[in-house]
Amino acid sequence: MALFTKTALTSVAALTLLGGTAFAGELVINTDTSDPAPKAAFEALIAGFEAENPDVTVTWNLFDHEGYKTSIRNFLTADAPDVANWYAGNRMLPYVNAGLFEPVNDVWEENGLSESLASAEGSMTIDGKIWGVPYTYYQWGVYYRKDIFAEHGIEAPATWDDFLAAGETLKANGVTPITIGTKYLWTAGGVFDYLNLRTNGYDFHMALTKGEVAWTDDRVRATMANWQTLIDGDFFLENHAAYSWQEALAPMVQGDAAMYVMGNFSVEQFKVAGLDVDTQLGFFQFPVIDPSIPVAEEAPTDTLHIPSGAKNKEDAKKFLAYLARADVQSEVNKTLGQLPVNKNSEVADDVFLQAGAEMLSNTTGGIAQFFDRDAPAEMAKAGMEGFQEFMVKPERLDAILERLEKVRARAY
Amino acid sequence: MNARRKFDQKKIAPWLFLAPGMLMFLIYVIIPVFQSMNISLYDWDGLGEKTFIGMDNYVELFDDEAFYTSLKNNIIWLVLYMLAIPAGLFIALFLNQTVFGIRLYKSLFFFPFVISQVVVGLVFSWFYDPSFGLMNVMLNFFGIDSIAVLADERYVTYGIIAAGLWPQTAYCMILYLTGLNAVDPEQIEAGRLDNAKGWRMLWYVVLPQLKPATFIAIVVTVIGALRSFDLIAIMTAGGPWGSSRVLAFYMYEQAFSEYGFRMGYGAAIAVVLFLIMLVYIAFFLTKMYRDERG
Repeated sequence: MALFTKTALTSVAALTLLGGTAFAGELVINTDTSDPAPKAAFEALIAGFEAENPDVTVTWNLFDHEGYKTSIRNFLTADAPDVANWYAGNRMLPYVNAGLFEPVNDVWEENGLSESLASAEGSMTIDGKIWGVPYTYYQWGVYYRKDIFAEHGIEAPATWDDFLAAGETLKANGVTPITIGTKYLWTAGGVFDYLNLRTNGYDFHMALTKGEVAWTDDRVRATMANWQTLIDGDFFLENHAAYSWQEALAPMVQGDAAMYVMGNFSVEQFKVAGLDVDTQLGFFQFPVIDPSIPVAEEAPTDTLHIPSGAKNKEDAKKFLAYLARADVQSEVNKTLGQLPVNKNSEVADDVFLQAGAEMLSNTTGGIAQFFDRDAPAEMAKAGMEGFQEFMVKPERLDAILERLEKVRARAY
Repeated sequence: MNARRKFDQKKIAPWLFLAPGMLMFLIYVIIPVFQSMNISLYDWDGLGEKTFIGMDNYVELFDDEAFYTSLKNNIIWLVLYMLAIPAGLFIALFLNQTVFGIRLYKSLFFFPFVISQVVVGLVFSWFYDPSFGLMNVMLNFFGIDSIAVLADERYVTYGIIAAGLWPQTAYCMILYLTGLNAVDPEQIEAGRLDNAKGWRMLWYVVLPQLKPATFIAIVVTVIGALRSFDLIAIMTAGGPWGSSRVLAFYMYEQAFSEYGFRMGYGAAIAVVLFLIMLVYIAFFLTKMYRDERG
């Protein structure tokens, strides 16, 4: 998922180092945390670890975000580092299946992580084994222009009807209700996730992304019908297929659109784009569609893993244990501007993070990763492409669902 | 004795000189072609075990809407890209004069070919932008509604081809400018005496002399059309919903992109693309062979 700005940071990866053999006490870490905040967070993390473990020298190879997705396949097979970052859920399945990740159940047991990281244990478990340590996640929801809502006397909607009414009021005042840029597809996946979680609930959503339910199922159609209500009502930004998610920020910053179904990383981008986030930007939970369904949320989790080819697994496990600690996660996430997974950690003093932490801690329905992390790659790509097409050509629903069903038959 | 040795040397020398090139060509072109054909018979994610599945990838391919979309777009690319040749020719004819500063104009016209395709893609993306793009600002000025070229499946491929024609025309222009230098002024003079003017002069006197330039222009344009990848990746990433894909891009998506890693399927697409190119390469080689034999 291309969540962060695709900075063209050339990979700082010292390939020569990858070729060298690590001696005891040298820990090689590969990450793609090259954006400013993640980079600073990892610098501090590594410095902290080295201070506590003076006998370990950390070699840190920093990759750029996009390149990493290909590089990880090469370095895991060819010359594995001792620690590498990746994502929870189905996204790590190919590497687990290929035997490229090392199970770390012992790290979890020795440090009582099943308790402190309980919320993420499910998404880290495949075949009864735990494959890494989660260190950060962030909420999704609706980010909206507080000032525009106030100007037109709209309250942040909690129910579907209120949500639709809010949209009507906005339209009557010449404001597009929802901005979105679907050029790179995943933004449409976020909208689908929420509509499906709210229409059919977490269990159905997981069954669908795991390929256990047909795409032509009536329950999927119910989700799409709700979506069609928004499309037919002109809720979404016109020509959204021409914009990236960053480009779609512009209408909202200019006041031509009022809401954005997004992840918390967008707050930083709103700030950069010149919005006063204290007075102009607000956050509300995606509205409830069917009150009988337990509310589930979307919160993608980032993780660290030990490759099975690692040379210094002993120190790698020390590093994972260090990263799992409550105080360490507090610090890392303060710099990242995201939420710590450890339940004893402190959430940074930030309105949006506090709102997210509160929302997620009250979530009873389940926490989804994201469409392209829960569904396997092939299904994810076809699915998100179908969603984009549906948002422009809703009359093709049948053809789209049948196509997705065909992909499902093959992809699982 | 001596004569015989010389004869052998003459025979061996060309092969010795060719050897390094042939070796590289074998390692980097010929062998990978057969490797691709081999991989296309497997189901392989690039990491785990390869599973032999025979022709299954091809069976799937021929039942794949996205494949036909890509194929259709490839043909549109091939046909419309040819516009670069007459366009290049006319710009070359226009610039082939001696006035003050003509070198500057020539360089300016050649400029789009010098800049990166990525930059061309970005410039045209902005040009087409539905809210602030120059094209739509102009359309709105004449009272026409904005057209989101890159978000509309009807226009998107043509929009990208138009962007591609910009540097390609410049390339053809430079080929023809060089060719025009070699046009024999005596023949032009002779044509004049016979009262040839304008179109007839161009068609019967100038163009036949530009035949080598035209041939090269066709070659590079066909290759350019089949290679079209960077512009699509930059401008639409194959979208909206995959309607601007071409085979090269689809192959990349299936084999190497974030959601891909179906090496076998990607290889099958590559083989089909190779077969299409083969038709053209065969034509090209026979023509070269015939020309060389005279």
